[in-house]
Amino acid sequence: MDGPMPRLRLLALALLAAGAVGALLPGAMATGSQSASLRAGSRSSLASDGDVNAGHAVFNARCATCHGDTGQGTALGPSLVGVGAAAADFELRTGRMPFNGSPGTQAVRKPPAFDDATIRNLVAYVAALGTGPAIPEPRLDTTAVSAGQHLFIANCAPCHGATARGGAVGGGALAPPLDAATPVQVAEAMLIGPGEMPVFSSLSETDRNAVVSYVAYLQTQPDPGGVSIGGIGPVPEGFVGWVLGLGLILVVVLVVGRDWRGSRA
Amino acid sequence: MAAEPMLTWIDERLGLAAWARAGLRKVFPDHWSFLLGEVALFCLVVLVLTGVFLTLFYVPDATSVTYSGPWAPLRGQSVSAAFDSVMRLSFEVRAGLVMRQIHHWAALVFVAAIVVHLLRIFFTGAFRRPREINWLVGIGLLLLALAMGITGYSLPDDLLSGTGLRVIYSVVIAIPFIGPYLAFLVFGGEFPTTEIVSRLFVFHVMLLPALLIGGVLVHLAILVRQKHSQYALAGATEENVVGRAFWPSQVFKSTGLAILTAAVLALLGGLIQINPIWAYGPFDATTVSSPAQPDWYAGWLDGALRLFPPIEITALGITIPSPFIPGVLLPGIAFGVMTLWPFLEAWATGDHAEHQLLDGPRERPLRTAFGVAGLLVFVILTLAGGNDVVALVFAVPVEAMTNILRVAIVAVPLLGFGITYRICRELYDRREATGERRGSVRLRRTAAGGFEEIEPD
Repeated sequence: MDGPMPRLRLLALALLAAGAVGALLPGAMATGSQSASLRAGSRSSLASDGDVNAGHAVFNARCATCHGDTGQGTALGPSLVGVGAAAADFELRTGRMPFNGSPGTQAVRKPPAFDDATIRNLVAYVAALGTGPAIPEPRLDTTAVSAGQHLFIANCAPCHGATARGGAVGGGALAPPLDAATPVQVAEAMLIGPGEMPVFSSLSETDRNAVVSYVAYLQTQPDPGGVSIGGIGPVPEGFVGWVLGLGLILVVVLVVGRDWRGSRA
Repeated sequence: MAAEPMLTWIDERLGLAAWARAGLRKVFPDHWSFLLGEVALFCLVVLVLTGVFLTLFYVPDATSVTYSGPWAPLRGQSVSAAFDSVMRLSFEVRAGLVMRQIHHWAALVFVAAIVVHLLRIFFTGAFRRPREINWLVGIGLLLLALAMGITGYSLPDDLLSGTGLRVIYSVVIAIPFIGPYLAFLVFGGEFPTTEIVSRLFVFHVMLLPALLIGGVLVHLAILVRQKHSQYALAGATEENVVGRAFWPSQVFKSTGLAILTAAVLALLGGLIQINPIWAYGPFDATTVSSPAQPDWYAGWLDGALRLFPPIEITALGITIPSPFIPGVLLPGIAFGVMTLWPFLEAWATGDHAEHQLLDGPRERPLRTAFGVAGLLVFVILTLAGGNDVVALVFAVPVEAMTNILRVAIVAVPLLGFGITYRICRELYDRREATGERRGSVRLRRTAAGGFEEIEPD
């Protein structure tokens, strides 16, 4: 009779204490500073920084199998003539190229295969193949996040999600989460439209900077309301409601509802 | 003892002592599964308390205002006064966000508790005569809870909930003949309208809660009047109720359960983010957010819309728009079957007798199999409602996911029906053969390394 009671009391105390702490926490989180400065974008290399000849050598060794020995493209990979420095820089720095997935699948972010100097050389070589967008130099502006939010929701959120956690797009393509994307990479993606993504080059530079600023804001600013469970709405919320919410309550029900007269034999 | 003269004074005028004495002695069967309905009740209490708080600050008005609060990404944007008030509630009202989050989590757990309570009633046959009326009241309460959830979900007037309203509008206008009239009547014109938010508000804070709380009182009054059903445990017969009195045993159990239920909801509301409307932004008719889902209890309705092939039937000059079948007909049939189940079962089995003793699920293989099949339909439709999120999690193309679920919605319930029926039969026949319920067997290891069974004492 005496055995389980202390455990029950402990459970009750723990739940009450956790509830009380929980009730106080988000207030503090919500009032947390929103004026903290945004993370400055790391400046990427300009095409002119690299050595075209050194880049050509690496290109022949690592890229030419698919993209052809003069970057004209083959059955395995698209032509790189005129894709510009922005495309080469984006694909190499997000590790999407060199591609090592199975043919026909989407290139995904992974650690870059080359060091910074090699990437500069390769970018210089690809940029020299034709005329294309240069590597953008986005300027982060905390006063532009509202404009950026508006543009992001209208243009980016339909695939990447309102909180930039990624989403499924038709045809097996996935819009990646943007948590690791640097300001330069976000701006590059808007200019070149990698993979299934449309090209958003029609947006003005001001608008592009606003979007980049908002993505940086999402990455760096505290998310009010407590632990974020995906930020993708009711699916994880329903899951947590059932498993953690009703699950914990069912444990309580089993403890409270057991026959306290002793074993039923 | 100072209270006694006062109580006597009251009793001399109202004569409640005899009534209270009987009430305090009401017998509650000693089984945890009888507490599931209470969990729903306590969630409702939390919902009312937090809901009243939210109502103090919410503005049911679709008029455009410029947001000027502390959330930088929305500052200067044009939002509705309703959205603005929920933003103020979240970031400027003291304890506003935690109240909003507790309210939302409590809503999710409330409907979940109702569903689990419903499953207990169904699988143990507690709906049989004489309890058919309370089954009907319970189904009514479930419908009201869903209506509460859907109207409440839409009140913040954010992009996600606006997307939900658009889906509801599209389903309503798909009803043949009356659809467009009904949609205009409900929404006050063609979507999007400025009237809808204030209308939803009236339903959510006045009409539906009044019906829901009234229904709960009827539900409980009928329970007290009819007394509890009970499991066929030691001493229980069709003529008695075995258990413990309301005072003191059940009062303490229920109070503890109420406090702990509230604690779990406070835990969720305080620690885990729910419905971050500041990230979705205000509703804008030209924009759609993705992934877009309703709260879990409406996910099966959305899932049916997503799974059903885009077929538009035109016969005799009448077009039945494609959302009508999955969006109106299917839920109508589902709730129709659920509502009529006690009568359907009585008609099919010819069993019209009173039942105070509950069935074990294995004792009624057909009912249990039907229940499991229905549950599987619900689960698969719910998965379909989140098909894009499921596709993302499992890295499967959305189209493949939809086709897999289209097959599953037919195959899995059938399979579940067969397997459940088979298992129940096996368990039941085995028990029939031995003539009694077989408890656990105690073994003793012998010195030689073998095992021998210890005879039960």
